[in-house]
Amino acid sequence: MNPRLAQKIAFAVLLLATLLVVLPVLVILLIIVGKGASAISWDFLFSMPRDGMTAGGIFPAILGTLYLVLGAIIFAVPLGVMAAVYLVEYSSDNWLSRLVKLSIVNLAGVPSVVYGLFGLGIFVTFFGFGASILSGSLTLGIMILPVIITSAREALESVPRHFRTVSLSLGASRWQTIRHSVLPHALPGILTGMILGLGRVAGETAPILFTVAAFYLPRLPQSVFDQTMALPYHLYVISTQVPGIAENVRYGTALVLLTLVLLLNLAAILIRSRFRKKKKW
Amino acid sequence: MVDQAAKFSIRAFHVHYGQLSALRGLDLEIRANEIFTVIGPANSGKTTFLHSLNRLIDLVPVSRCQGEIRLDGVDIRRGLEIEALRRKVGIVFALPLPLPISIFENVVYGLRMQGIRDPRRLNDAVERSLRESYLWEEVKDRLRTPAMNLSGGQQQRLCMARILAGQPDVLLFDEPTSGLDPISTARIEETMLILKEKYTIVLVTNNVSQAARVGDRTAFFLMGDMIEVSDTGKMFTTPADQRTSDYITGKFG
Amino acid sequence: MKPIRVHKLKEWFIEKSILLSGIFSVFFVMLIFLFLLREGFSLFRGESVLDFLFGKSWYPISDPPRFGILPLILGSLLVTLGAAAISVPIGIAAALYIAEIAPRRLKEILKAGIELLAAIPSVVIGFIGMITLGPWIKNLFNIPTGLTALTGSVTLAFMAMPTIVSIAEDAITAVPRQYREAATAMGATKWQTTWRIVARAARPGMLAAVMLGIGRVIGETMAVMMVTGNAAIIPRSFLQPVRTLTATIAAEMGESVQGGPHYAALFAIGIVLFVITFLINGVADLYLHRSRR
Repeated sequence: MNPRLAQKIAFAVLLLATLLVVLPVLVILLIIVGKGASAISWDFLFSMPRDGMTAGGIFPAILGTLYLVLGAIIFAVPLGVMAAVYLVEYSSDNWLSRLVKLSIVNLAGVPSVVYGLFGLGIFVTFFGFGASILSGSLTLGIMILPVIITSAREALESVPRHFRTVSLSLGASRWQTIRHSVLPHALPGILTGMILGLGRVAGETAPILFTVAAFYLPRLPQSVFDQTMALPYHLYVISTQVPGIAENVRYGTALVLLTLVLLLNLAAILIRSRFRKKKKW
Repeated sequence: MVDQAAKFSIRAFHVHYGQLSALRGLDLEIRANEIFTVIGPANSGKTTFLHSLNRLIDLVPVSRCQGEIRLDGVDIRRGLEIEALRRKVGIVFALPLPLPISIFENVVYGLRMQGIRDPRRLNDAVERSLRESYLWEEVKDRLRTPAMNLSGGQQQRLCMARILAGQPDVLLFDEPTSGLDPISTARIEETMLILKEKYTIVLVTNNVSQAARVGDRTAFFLMGDMIEVSDTGKMFTTPADQRTSDYITGKFG
Repeated sequence: MKPIRVHKLKEWFIEKSILLSGIFSVFFVMLIFLFLLREGFSLFRGESVLDFLFGKSWYPISDPPRFGILPLILGSLLVTLGAAAISVPIGIAAALYIAEIAPRRLKEILKAGIELLAAIPSVVIGFIGMITLGPWIKNLFNIPTGLTALTGSVTLAFMAMPTIVSIAEDAITAVPRQYREAATAMGATKWQTTWRIVARAARPGMLAAVMLGIGRVIGETMAVMMVTGNAAIIPRSFLQPVRTLTATIAAEMGESVQGGPHYAALFAIGIVLFVITFLINGVADLYLHRSRR
């Protein structure tokens, strides 16, 4: 075959494949917005569900998800960033640091439902926190720990080596060097990873199934030991477990969840691109 | 026993990188208020030597040092905290490496790390050290602007000011003009000649004529050995070793 | 003298907590595995490992209960194979297009689209699959339910694609420019260069991309639970409902009695999943390291 013609055909096929990946994304978004927008109202967002979830709003689910995101962050970000600092700034290339790196790679690939099992085994049962916001947040926090460590590691590694050398040569201690000449320049990268982790926490269902999520709980949680509703689980429940929910309410719930997650991702993308423009080295 | 004027006295000093021997059996004294220049081809151990003097060598994980280096009679490994040593023995690197912060913050970086917060002291230190490195007039109106916006020569003089702010004893220069144009180079050299009144200077350079211009005494390093050391004038007129003579006349290097 | 001491003490404290965090993260991996083992192993007091892995029936609440997970393993395998068959060719093709052919502006838009797809929560994808794809497949093949292995495969293919496309794209972009220049200089067309030279050089990275995509599919829970119909029987075709390992845990954990054999069996499934994903990620990591060299 004529190579020019072969090239034309091949490029057309590749383009088609790319469209097959990207177009469904648009279709999904359009369907959800098109069918869900009519459900969105002040009442839907900020009132309690009524009549077995067939009426009223989804406020407890929205609030519950925000609590879980917050809880996971409080736990996972300090631990993850410090672990990354250890790996990049302190560990030499010994068996311990290799073990840590290997573990993190593998932690990232463990299915979310297995994290759910772990959370059930350790936080709910072993520590006796019960199904609660505390258990759920810790479970989600452990789930995003590898994401946070990995992105923080990349951010720290992208800070040029000579910043450290210069700082040390001026008589700064090791920690002062990290605190004043490394962390500030790695911060945007760390933030980006953190927000992407948040997006994942907000959307995950499997890890909260048995650690916190309540099927139907038309009141707000009073403490970290209470159960709570959460948006992704709520969407699962009203689309598979409870018959007779109006279609636009389901789509509306999906729309709220999607909006929350995409906003978090958008924030991460904006931070990243602003940082790239500002970067001078 | 110790020479009164000796700033650094180095005895039987060796450096290894893993299996590789980088510096062997170095015995040397560096006198106060001299410009001591070190010349030699690439991989001769010049930078290793310089980084040994303020223990930047410790940053290389595989490095091992033997022997001893004394600063004013004090062993730099046992008698002195590493941060204090590095404040006393400042270094200017081959490339201008300002930190990506303002001019002012670059200069006071070392002071802030010592915990000095008094704005008067910091302002005074900035003006004094920028004057000493002949940068004050050029930057006094834009101290809060990013140091990265300065020209290469200005950045290098900022790096000098940054060390001077901490009132060191010794200044180490690691091929400080290798990235600069001839005019900036001349300014740096002039500055060094003035600075030696107050400080001891160790200058590593791969530019032989620079050593001849500014050096009081010169050492020639080759593949980890110090071949000879003498007054700069003597080395450039009547070198004792054939290899020294070959190097400074440009037969290799 | 005193402030220096306090200062040193503070640094000592910070540095120790940093070290501790590093150790903690290893500790968690081991802890996860240990907990799965602890809870799951009690099953094997009354059940042999072989009966568990290769038993043909999963009737956890009948009397006596039967804990054979072969139908679940085959369910996971079938859905995963189907998803791989769809997502691997499409994903690799899209990665080639984005990395080599698309003009700059389009490239940025396409990459943003892929990131968007990766960001959509699995429960939302499951919801859309259930409500749109399911009925469509039901009508197309004229079968009693649209919630089948095929529905699961198509849905999961979309979840694997962002992983495959982005990692493969990185691998392709990392191929040195000289390869392309040399091929072009010898008169190859752009397509010949892309296919014969670049794609071949990027092969280890592409393999890693495929492995990680498959890892994501095997571990996926919510979407698969919503669209595959969840029948724990040994599947005979793509047009039957199936149940996967992950969906079984998610669906039944709520009903199992804590500490009972059913509970233990679900944790044992967790061990199986953990081991599978551990192996897949290990192999992918190996390939990624090779492609970097």
